Amino acid sequence: MKLLLIKVISSIIFLTSTSAFACSISARVSIVGNEFPAIQTVGSGAKECNGAKVSANLTADHQKINVAGMSSDPAEYTSAIVANTSIVALLNNNLIRPLDSLVAKHGKNIKKNQLITIDGKVMAVAFMANAQHLVYREDILKKLNINTPTTYEEMLDAAKKIRKSGLAKNPVGGAYKAGWNLAQEFNNMFIGYGGKHFKGNTAEPNVNSDAGVKALEMMKALSNYMNPDYLTHDSNATNAEFRAGNVALMNMWGSRAATLTDADGVSDEVKKGMAISGPMTVGGGKIPASTLFWDGFTVAKKISDKEAEATFIALSNGIRPSIMNNQDIRKQAVWLIDGYKPTDAAKGVFAAAKMNTTPYPMLPYNGIMHSAIGAELSDFMLGKETAKKTLSDIEDAYRASAKEKGFL
Amino acid sequence: MKHKTFFWFILPTFLAMFFFIMLPIISICLQSLHSPHENVFVTVENCDPFGCKKSTSIDHDATNILKNENPLGKFVGFDIYFDRGHLAIDKINEIWIKNNNFFNFLTAISNLPFYKAIFFTLTFTFTVTPIMLVLGLLVALGVNSINKQLRGMIIFFSLLPMIVTPLIGSIILFWMIDSRGIIGNLLQIFLEDPDFSLKASTNITWIMLIIYGVWHAIPFSFIVFYAGLQTLPKDQIESAQIDGANSFQQTIHIIIPHLMPLITFVTLMQLMDNFRVFEPIIGFNAEAHATSLSWIIFNDLGGETRQLSAAATSSILTIIGVLILLSPVLIKTWKEFEFKK
Repeated sequence: MKLLLIKVISSIIFLTSTSAFACSISARVSIVGNEFPAIQTVGSGAKECNGAKVSANLTADHQKINVAGMSSDPAEYTSAIVANTSIVALLNNNLIRPLDSLVAKHGKNIKKNQLITIDGKVMAVAFMANAQHLVYREDILKKLNINTPTTYEEMLDAAKKIRKSGLAKNPVGGAYKAGWNLAQEFNNMFIGYGGKHFKGNTAEPNVNSDAGVKALEMMKALSNYMNPDYLTHDSNATNAEFRAGNVALMNMWGSRAATLTDADGVSDEVKKGMAISGPMTVGGGKIPASTLFWDGFTVAKKISDKEAEATFIALSNGIRPSIMNNQDIRKQAVWLIDGYKPTDAAKGVFAAAKMNTTPYPMLPYNGIMHSAIGAELSDFMLGKETAKKTLSDIEDAYRASAKEKGFL
Repeated sequence: MKHKTFFWFILPTFLAMFFFIMLPIISICLQSLHSPHENVFVTVENCDPFGCKKSTSIDHDATNILKNENPLGKFVGFDIYFDRGHLAIDKINEIWIKNNNFFNFLTAISNLPFYKAIFFTLTFTFTVTPIMLVLGLLVALGVNSINKQLRGMIIFFSLLPMIVTPLIGSIILFWMIDSRGIIGNLLQIFLEDPDFSLKASTNITWIMLIIYGVWHAIPFSFIVFYAGLQTLPKDQIESAQIDGANSFQQTIHIIIPHLMPLITFVTLMQLMDNFRVFEPIIGFNAEAHATSLSWIIFNDLGGETRQLSAAATSSILTIIGVLILLSPVLIKTWKEFEFKK
């Protein structure tokens, strides 16, 4: 009996000590971040740590809550998982801390190119890359003898043929929901036509240009081949259209494409027919009409050093190289983690990187520009305004906000 | 009531009003007159997985010195009230000079975010409120006249639209009117137009939001009126019946005057509620077609931009709007009060 007791106790000690060896923390960890499969993987990896509570709030509305949730002292969230778009608001408000000493102490598995440095200081650790690129139905294109589009002009051509054949009435999909999504599609197209959002190094807007007009006209042309409700479709709704077999061509996020057809109720035709290709160019330009993104984690400034260390350890555990042995996880994203071997699903993002796609700029006033575009663009898409008028509205709206925020 | 009793009676309410209504209003008043300090920019080298690049960034140390000197921000007076995001005085002037036709003038200013929101908000308020009053009264009269045994169940079902959370209710309807949803698809069949989309047209979106608003608000007016109907003066009705008044005449001459105080109450509440229309716009993803003042505040506060001063200004303008809207009713109530005294 005594022997048994000793056995049990020693096995308990052994068990706790091994898991403690895997990841042990001594202060609370609270994560806020976007919601898609790869980030869920990182979040659940962080939750494997023992010793203190790890909570994660992963939601598509993360950008609406992370600044507020990190502004209080002590901050509610000890970490925000961000992208190069959303880190700007945290930097602007001075809410995240430099990670150099934590990287030196606990970051032996982190590669140098994962470190996001601002003015020489590490402010975030990236774990994946992302970009929008073409996702299409190979079976439909083959049936109609159409080559895989590499430009938006070819996409329009293909859409015309598909509609004519009757295989899909509205063959083009796009996350054109008024607001952030629509503005992102404009940014892609605008950059594709060689547009620059700002004049030189200043915060002066520069979207009212030839490139702007051309970008809008191309978006309008594409929208003619979309579901008439397109202004209410975000990437979730666009993916649903693709899964239902209604869409044959769409510009979609790499992070969504890989697991696109894993949902229940997707027909075999769509599952087998789905294919991924690189981002498209437009108007004869060389730079793709897309932007490169990274996703990574930050650590809040207004928390104790102990919490910061625990947060760093937990999230490093979420992105440890050994998760790359799992085939399902590997497929979820283009990981920047050591030991990642690209899967087929990563083709699109890799092509984007190879084609020198512009990274989404980390400028302090870019968020305001993005919002202004999102708010003003729908008037043009609805046919209420000319392209020129919409672009000058965007600049006016941007100027009003930028002045108020002290950027102009 | 003795003054002392009254004081203790009202104290909790007063304290709650002071801390949760008065102070926040004072705070947003102050906020709306200030804007954040100018940011001091520096050019730094940023590195990410895609390479290193010179980029503009905010110099926090330099900006913090400004912030610490004056934590409220810099005083800008009414600048934010008059900027393009709000009253847009300059733009209005420009448009006024350019357009001599009043209709063109209206179309042109409806392009400005504040006026665009006001147009929708007012249309919504002044269509939903009367329709909901009339329909609520009709439902109350109907329920009041049916068999007592059935009444409980009917009342329960009539209240359902209000029990459903506004956001959930609007999302359910949103999916039903999708071009692949049950209502959207039926309309396509009836209209014999396979491309017909409820969500693609601004006018139809407005009508849809108004129908939703009415649907959601009817239970409130219904239940208030129904309670009022329980106190109907029986003898007056009986004498009217003896005099040969039909039920329509009874309604016009006895029931409605009897319910008048309740009608005023419901109108007041609904004017305020409808002026703050918000959830259906989010639920219906209707921001491309319709925005409201509340939506503007939400949009300014959310996301990466967090324009606190702009949101505070919109809030103050909303309060002013509510006051203007309610003033006729308030004045009327005040006059009646004076008259009774």
